[in-house]
Amino acid sequence: MGVEICVEGLTKSFGHQVIWQDVSLTLPAGEVSVMLGPSGTGKSVFLKTLVGLLKPERGSITIQGRDITRLREHDLYEVRKLFGVLFQDGALFGSMNLYDNIAFPLREHTRRSESEIRRVVLEKMDMVGLIGAEEKLPGEISGGMRKRAGLARALVLDPEIILFDEPDSGLDPVRVAYLNQLIVDLNAQIDATFLIVTHDIASARQVPDNIGLLFRRELVLFGPREELLTSDEPVVRQFLNGRMQGPIGMAEEKDAAQVEQELARIDEGPRVRDLTPRLLPGPGITRPPRWEAIARREAELHGTGVSSA
Amino acid sequence: MRLSPTGALRHSGNLFAMALDVVRTLPRRPFQAREFIQQAWFVASVTILPTALVSIPFGAVIALQIGSLTRQLGAQSFSGAASVLAVLREASPIVTALLIAGAGGTAICADLGARRIRDEIDAMQVLGIDPIHRLVVPRVLASMVVAVLLNGLVSVVGVAGGYFFNVVLQHGTPGAYLASFTTLAQLSDLWAAEVKALVFGAIAAIVASYKGLTAQGGPKGVGDAVNQSVVITFMLLFVTNFVMTAVYFQVVPQRG
Repeated sequence: MGVEICVEGLTKSFGHQVIWQDVSLTLPAGEVSVMLGPSGTGKSVFLKTLVGLLKPERGSITIQGRDITRLREHDLYEVRKLFGVLFQDGALFGSMNLYDNIAFPLREHTRRSESEIRRVVLEKMDMVGLIGAEEKLPGEISGGMRKRAGLARALVLDPEIILFDEPDSGLDPVRVAYLNQLIVDLNAQIDATFLIVTHDIASARQVPDNIGLLFRRELVLFGPREELLTSDEPVVRQFLNGRMQGPIGMAEEKDAAQVEQELARIDEGPRVRDLTPRLLPGPGITRPPRWEAIARREAELHGTGVSSA
Repeated sequence: MRLSPTGALRHSGNLFAMALDVVRTLPRRPFQAREFIQQAWFVASVTILPTALVSIPFGAVIALQIGSLTRQLGAQSFSGAASVLAVLREASPIVTALLIAGAGGTAICADLGARRIRDEIDAMQVLGIDPIHRLVVPRVLASMVVAVLLNGLVSVVGVAGGYFFNVVLQHGTPGAYLASFTTLAQLSDLWAAEVKALVFGAIAAIVASYKGLTAQGGPKGVGDAVNQSVVITFMLLFVTNFVMTAVYFQVVPQRG
């Protein structure tokens, strides 16, 4: 069963530069959440703060009753065993082949026999479709394979919380679709809490239960997917539609007057509130009750022809 | 890099804190024997040849300098004594230090720096593994052990080089050279040199690891880190050498 993460008034700055301030949100146990935001808004910093790699200036992060920001280094290593993190480029150990990379956490933290380790590693490699590449070194494989290997390594200790740092960056659309399906399947199978940091809108529309948006050094919104997809907040609408008109500029945010003008000029016509259908676990996956409920709701929304396609 | 007085203080503090962490982590089990042996082998393999090649001319230069001086003073019988003293006490720890820092330290720093910018260090921490225990401690120990062994190598090769130049090229008397070996130098000089080498090895590896683990800003950052680690190590080594020499003279009674 997943674990809830409760973030309260979190502020992080490097020197005088504030990255984001007063971020408060709760990642519900066992659900998939996505953190969106333009490039350079500190999404990755947020992720690293959650696992205690960076210390915030203010605020708290509570997991199982413990505040990560105040833990001593030794206890932090204990709490981190709850986490699986997929880094942007996989962050595989360059000197080890894929098999050893994925077996590494098991060898370090468990007393399992080598044959048992082999069973678990091959199972995870099969899950991410890497069977046959065990002997390859990280330098010899493509970025997509590195990501999947990093995911397998993150999964190997059966984490309660899985964090994805831009799982879709640098991948082609087909692979992104496969990866999204994999994420959804995983959530149905292992029931962990997922947080995906990304700026890919298509994934954000299909995959999560909850969406958050970081912009202008703060959390603009965090809530259930439907709420964000139908929000009237200009920043949210601009980002989800990927258009230039709105508060987000090329380099920085724009001034208010210009934003007013631009927004007035947009003729959205009849507002299309397209609630993209959610991605559901694949046919081979046994759905837990939570996913059964989601599937029923999706069928009501989209199956009866009520929705705009 | 922005220069600021507090920045320099903070870096010194962090470096010292990491040195303490290394000491504290030292007894933690399981000991990373595999990493230790790999690193010791690696550091030895990049330092042995250059060390030997540097110490031959070093011994020779001392022999040349002393040879002509002692001839003028009519004290040829002491050239062996002076040569051994110079090589054993000063030359060998310094040569060892320069090569450990220059060949071993740079490799350690570049390796850890590359891992840092590829997020490998973060990944390791997230997997619940302390990089100090897993990576830094074996490197520091390896560098210390290799430094001690290298110091022995430098002493032998340096003295042999001195002997060759004094006896073969300057026509000194082999018997006198060998007989005067222990007139000035004593066994405690060798111990002191080995202790120096041990400390230098530790300093070089700790500074290299610190700079490597704190590298930032992409590949260029790793280059900068390596550069800074060599400069910082050299400065620290020469200061440490001076202090240890001064203490040695106070503690151990001298001959002659």
